[in-house]
Amino acid sequence: MVDKLRPKLAVWKFASCDGCQLSLLDCEDELLAVAEAIEIANFPEASRRVLKGPYDVSLVEGSITTPHDAERIHKVRRLSKFLVTIGSCATGGGIQALRNFGDVKEYTRYVYANPEYIETLSKSTPISDHVYVDFELRGCPINKYHLVELISALLNNRKPNIPTYSTCIECKRKGIICVMVSKGLPCLGPVTQAGCGALCPSYNRGCFGCYGPKETPNTESLGKLWGQLNNTDEEIMRAFRSFNAYAEPFRKASESYEK
Amino acid sequence: MKSKTIKVDYLARVEGEGGLSVKIKGDKVIEAKLNIFEPPRFFEGFLRGRKFTEAPDITARICGICPVAYQMSSSHAMETACGVSVEGQLRQLRRLLYCGEWIESHVLHIYMLHAPDFLGYQDAIQLAKDYPDVVNRALKLKKLGNDIVALVGGREIHPINPRVGGFYKVPKKEEMNALGERLKWGIDASLETIQLVTTFPFPDFEQDYEYVSLCHPDEYPLNRGRIISNKGIDISAAEFLNYFEEEHVKHSTSLHAKVKERGRYHVGPMARYNLNFDKLPEIAREAAIKAGIGEKCHNPFKSIIVRAVETLFACHEALQIIENYEIPDKPSIDVKPHQSTGHWCTEAPRGLLYHHYSIDDNGIITDARIIPPTSQNQKVIEDDLFHFVGKNMNLSDEELTWKCEQVVRNYDPCISCSCHFLKLNIERE
Repeated sequence: MVDKLRPKLAVWKFASCDGCQLSLLDCEDELLAVAEAIEIANFPEASRRVLKGPYDVSLVEGSITTPHDAERIHKVRRLSKFLVTIGSCATGGGIQALRNFGDVKEYTRYVYANPEYIETLSKSTPISDHVYVDFELRGCPINKYHLVELISALLNNRKPNIPTYSTCIECKRKGIICVMVSKGLPCLGPVTQAGCGALCPSYNRGCFGCYGPKETPNTESLGKLWGQLNNTDEEIMRAFRSFNAYAEPFRKASESYEK
Repeated sequence: MKSKTIKVDYLARVEGEGGLSVKIKGDKVIEAKLNIFEPPRFFEGFLRGRKFTEAPDITARICGICPVAYQMSSSHAMETACGVSVEGQLRQLRRLLYCGEWIESHVLHIYMLHAPDFLGYQDAIQLAKDYPDVVNRALKLKKLGNDIVALVGGREIHPINPRVGGFYKVPKKEEMNALGERLKWGIDASLETIQLVTTFPFPDFEQDYEYVSLCHPDEYPLNRGRIISNKGIDISAAEFLNYFEEEHVKHSTSLHAKVKERGRYHVGPMARYNLNFDKLPEIAREAAIKAGIGEKCHNPFKSIIVRAVETLFACHEALQIIENYEIPDKPSIDVKPHQSTGHWCTEAPRGLLYHHYSIDDNGIITDARIIPPTSQNQKVIEDDLFHFVGKNMNLSDEELTWKCEQVVRNYDPCISCSCHFLKLNIERE
């Protein structure tokens, strides 16, 4: 998977907020050690220095939203032995995929005075719609310790240990009383992948789905329960339609509540 | 006439990606442009139809570096629309959260994005090889800022705890106290930071700017205050659009803001500092004077010193808030929507951040407008480039290119807030 010499790491940005690549710089205690173990060869947010590819590992942040980026991602793939998408934009199309449910021309007219200057695709799509992706780290934003685990696993030729079960499991492990059962708060925890450490329930609010759909989520059953908790169809639709709106299970769930 | 092109494909060490081009003919600069082709993300478009309580969570996603700024401006705008105001300890907790973001963001820029320019390094990791103590101090200070955001906000990036009306949960007193000793260290580390950056070589370059920032009667501005300028503006956020306007130019997907009557203006640390020096705590005023920048600083390269002074302010302010903290009765106040419009500005690390929303009786957003600091600074950045290159034609292309990048980095542009893909292109005809 990686060379015996220090493997080369590249970080690429598409449509995004920069938060997931910032997670690498937010590893204050680990950053210098990581930089010892791998060659940070192409990371424009952090360095002017660019080493030529190919790269052993590419971290790809952001979704594809322009014709130019739809081309550029193929170049990135060709330069990368192991391509990892990081964050909801790259893995699911991101918050900007809300355009996929509306009329992008209308959005453009609303935001920009001269829509003819704007070159954009009608949909925001995940990286995996365009190229083969070797591994994905979920989250809006990703968990920085997942990133350290990923790099460590690659250096040691093992599979990264990243859970794919639901947020509920994390919540139970932390001993948090279920906010949906005890307080009647709408919570996406049962259908959302773990990763944040059940943050929202530990702050007295329901999960709002930053880590996207877990494996085999039962969105229909959860939607029914939300309905019984007096949430309107529109509210349930909006809940499924946020940072991971275009990830298939959430997309289908939100569409089923659309009038 | 001699013609050549200097090209750098990617301007590094800024948040997001964009480009710039300077056209030179003979010994004259013809044009300086900051090109921004960030894929548009249409936040204002899809905020319509969402619930007013969702705005802090959604707008945080505009920027991973300064999500708190978006949460603060949007929450305050919604509260204004609904006719309520968050006061007391909840207001102080918001200030504390913002201090954390200022520390984290300023330290990132000072040490990891800006300092390598002055010391001739490509990045902070190379810098760490020769100056391990400096980089370790930076990382520790940055972590302190992030830990404040995580304590009050739930996590560093895209905090989950702030809401319209306050918070979902408030920290315990002992959790707050645990930060006290670290903030005392943070004050010392900020003083050392000021001493360090003061020794950097600064080009001789001053401009006559119109500075715009918030101004509060007795606080260095974070969340509240009137919008003022050194050229006569003194307005409330509700009047913002009467005085400022945005233009859509072809070379940028980020709209260019300007003062309607006069044009370009400058927001961010330098604007806040020049308009609010007297509101800084004594320790920060003294350190600034000792650093030789005086009460007014008009050299944008020295913004790194101003950022260090603001980091000191933020550590000092955070410590005050922690020492005076009492647990509020409720984590949030009730906010009932009705058909209305709310405007608000707060001071993001990079400068003034304007939000405006209209909502209906059910609290559904019907109109949204967001003007981030970087789009407000675009014209000033272009103007700085124009004049800086004009005065420094004698530099080699390589040196001039690096210096031009620095002219942009002086503003700590957060291109993700508004833009992408920075390409530096100097054309000499």
